[in-house]
Amino acid sequence: MLGAIILAPLVGAAILGLFGKRMGERLIGLIACSTVAVSAILSFYLFFKHHAELEQGQKFYEYLFTWISVGTFRADASLLLDSLSAVYILFITFVAFWIHVFATGYMRGDTGYWRFFAYMNFFMFSMLTLVLADNFLMMFVGWEGVGLCSYLLIGYYFTKDFANDAAKKAFIVNRIGDFGFALGVMLLFLKAGTIFYFDDPDRGIHGAFSWAFSQAHDPLAWSAIFAGGMTTIAILLFVGATGKSAQLPLYVWLPDAMAGPTPVSALIHAATMVTAGVYMVARASSIYTHAPTAMLIMAVIGAATALFAATIGLAQWDIKKVLAYSTISQLGYMFLACGVGAFGAGIFHVFTHAFFKALLFLGAGSVIIGMHHEQDMKRMGGLKKYMPVTFATMFVGWLAISGVPFLSGFFSKDEILYRSFITDGLPEPWPVILWGVGAFTALITAVYMTRLMVMTFWGKARFGDAHDAGAHGGHGEEHGHGGLPRESPRSMVLPLVVLAAGAIFAGYLGVPEGLSGGKLPNYFEHFLEPSIARSKVPSGDAQANGSPHSPSGETTIHGAVVQGSAEVEDHSLERMLTGVSIIIALAGIGMGWVWFGRKPLWEPPSLLEHKYYVDEVYDATVIQPIKVGAINVLWKFIDVRIIDGFVNGAGQLAGLVGGGLRHLQSGLARSYVAVVVLGALLIIGYFVMR
Amino acid sequence: MGQEKVLFIVFAVIAIASALNILLQRNPLYSALSLIGTLLALSALYVTLRAEFIAAVQIVVYAGAIMVLFIFVIMLLNVPKDQPQVEKQKGLRYLAIPFAGLMIAEMFYVLRPIRLSTLPPVPSGNAEQAVGTTWSIGTSLFTDYLLPFEVTSVLILMAVVGAMVLARREGD
Amino acid sequence: MVPLSWYLGLSALLFTIGAVGVFIKRNAITIFLSIELMLNAVNLTFVSLSGFFGDVGGQLFVFIVMTVAAAEAAVGLAIIISIFRNRESLNVDEVDTLKL
Repeated sequence: MLGAIILAPLVGAAILGLFGKRMGERLIGLIACSTVAVSAILSFYLFFKHHAELEQGQKFYEYLFTWISVGTFRADASLLLDSLSAVYILFITFVAFWIHVFATGYMRGDTGYWRFFAYMNFFMFSMLTLVLADNFLMMFVGWEGVGLCSYLLIGYYFTKDFANDAAKKAFIVNRIGDFGFALGVMLLFLKAGTIFYFDDPDRGIHGAFSWAFSQAHDPLAWSAIFAGGMTTIAILLFVGATGKSAQLPLYVWLPDAMAGPTPVSALIHAATMVTAGVYMVARASSIYTHAPTAMLIMAVIGAATALFAATIGLAQWDIKKVLAYSTISQLGYMFLACGVGAFGAGIFHVFTHAFFKALLFLGAGSVIIGMHHEQDMKRMGGLKKYMPVTFATMFVGWLAISGVPFLSGFFSKDEILYRSFITDGLPEPWPVILWGVGAFTALITAVYMTRLMVMTFWGKARFGDAHDAGAHGGHGEEHGHGGLPRESPRSMVLPLVVLAAGAIFAGYLGVPEGLSGGKLPNYFEHFLEPSIARSKVPSGDAQANGSPHSPSGETTIHGAVVQGSAEVEDHSLERMLTGVSIIIALAGIGMGWVWFGRKPLWEPPSLLEHKYYVDEVYDATVIQPIKVGAINVLWKFIDVRIIDGFVNGAGQLAGLVGGGLRHLQSGLARSYVAVVVLGALLIIGYFVMR
Repeated sequence: MGQEKVLFIVFAVIAIASALNILLQRNPLYSALSLIGTLLALSALYVTLRAEFIAAVQIVVYAGAIMVLFIFVIMLLNVPKDQPQVEKQKGLRYLAIPFAGLMIAEMFYVLRPIRLSTLPPVPSGNAEQAVGTTWSIGTSLFTDYLLPFEVTSVLILMAVVGAMVLARREGD
Repeated sequence: MVPLSWYLGLSALLFTIGAVGVFIKRNAITIFLSIELMLNAVNLTFVSLSGFFGDVGGQLFVFIVMTVAAAEAAVGLAIIISIFRNRESLNVDEVDTLKL
């Protein structure tokens, strides 16, 4: 049945790809949404049916066929359902379904309607393959597949140059990351002898993670990175995650990817594809826990990215760009979580982020449609009374991402910050620094999101005369009503409401124990435990059902954290930090409200507005040299002179030799005789000499 | 016995001198006559080798028929003296000496091990049936070597037909 | 007694002279004569070996060779006559239309 989950969208993609051109919009939309619905229903069914076994750590395999089996290398096309993948397929299919529904309304009237949904379904197939794979090679297939679909969908408006450029940029930058990922998998195979995740005695395979557990921990040192051991593998895999999940330095494609239609941004670049990196890291958690250097690097990059992107988000005018940088920033939080060993918290943030970020993007899409494809916030304002439902749902999303208590974002973000603070897998100043960066970023997050809301929904309407001359997007529209913005149709509004509900309630699945005083168990983390390795960090709850983990007794005590002396004490620290988070969130909202309420069109520093000139720097240092090198060296020298030289030279050589040899055929009998005699002499001479 | 060596040397010299003369003469008629001389000298050498039948056949067939044919053709064609006419690839003539030298060197190199063998003594017994007599050749020809004999006759037939066809004028 | 090697050496000399004649001379008939000389040199070899080993096969072979030489001379001269009719010249160097 796992196979059906992946194959339903594939079938949908095939049907739409082959026959979609002749179908009407309603049929296309129906097919596309129903295949995703099938996947979603099956995912929910499997989850609830096997919920208890998954929690115990049981794994369900579905073996399709043996793909490659050469020597000791084996890679199967087979699927794995364990607690981690079960959680992922749940929210992926659920959120994707509502986004598909939204898109049936958003893309209405576009001539490439069928193409869009074919690509979206194919994307679902790839993403589900990525998540449900049971070995790294299958995962890589899905990984590449989502990269491909990202390219196809970003470049959906292929008649626009900037869309094509953005698509190429996304694909190429992703490729750089994929290179690291592939190297990491190869190195893993070299060391572990297998690329499957877990052992499966029925098929006679060993898992890489069992190998990982049997290894000693790598030291926390720079040298470990290049030693070719666990740390190297972890770093290489992380490079792949950096590309796919838009961290420093490979994040540059994500803001440009906003050139695609908004549902694409919501699905791929908020809820699913970009979280593939986090999934991969969590999946390979046993490798990472044995490589503390890699975890430190991951945490630092995650925190740095979070801060960096948040500051840029503060300075953008395009509503989608703000959300893009917000996504990068939140992804940074997820990697920060993984880096400090709180993999479960990271996945939890993925889960809640999927809801509220998809909600925010779809809401932005609704706004854009309502504003006749206007994306510049400078020309918005006061939309509250024109688009009330959109406003209400985005209100929820805004509070969630800012970390306001009792909404989902609060629980997940707070958990990450707490875990960063108390981690003892990292040397001394780091935990506090990371917490500090994370907290400051949370402040800025609240500020820029408030700015977005204020500029869009409150205040004076700025879209007066600029409205009619508003920029038109790439797709044709039937909402031809010249005049005031209007609320979007029901197909678009309903998903917003559903996702808003999710944004509110999803957080309660993972309430940290500290906050609830032990009364409400952290369902989420308990469920994930069997699939995720535990690092040396002792987390708040001391349960360990069936997860192999390194002995935590040998942790050294750093800083102010007292190792689990009393449950009560841990919780008090947690509560204190939570209080700090709440204050930060409210302060940020307040600051934003006041500042931007007064001056919505505040000019940000040009450094931020130009994204720290990173793209320009990349262009100058990487792209131009490559271009110059390619033109002058590879083309003019190697291709024209050497390769063409060889080929033409061979031709000329043949000509020369022929020209020389032709003199042998003089037509003269005498010379022929001479040659014959010479030949005879040589042969006789050979035999005589023997 | 020195006599035989003297005989050999005499006829050998004649043969070589005549052979060289073929090359030295400009008029092909004189060249043909020189060849006849060589043939006669060779015939004499055959006699010293106790191949009487072959010696006789050489004179009758080779010198008597083939060379006559040659001379008929030379005279028929009335070819004038070998004037210095068109010569292409003049360098070829200078190759002669190296080639000749090389050839002789190789052949003498091969001959070194057998320098001192001599002719076996005359076998006693029926002199009329010794090797080299007409009788011996005749019997071998019609018993052991019958097939080559028949094939040769076919060959001659082909040659006759071929010569007739080739030498015919168009429209005859 | 005359050693065998003398006969063979003589044969070699005659053969060489014939071979040299073939590619020095330009007159077609003279070339032909040189070829006949070569054939005779080989005949000498056969006969001398036949005599020294008492095997009649050598002489028989000479017999056959002579026959073949006759046939060849007939046909070859016929060809020369045809060429002469076409070109009015026996110079071998002029018959080089097969050159590249």
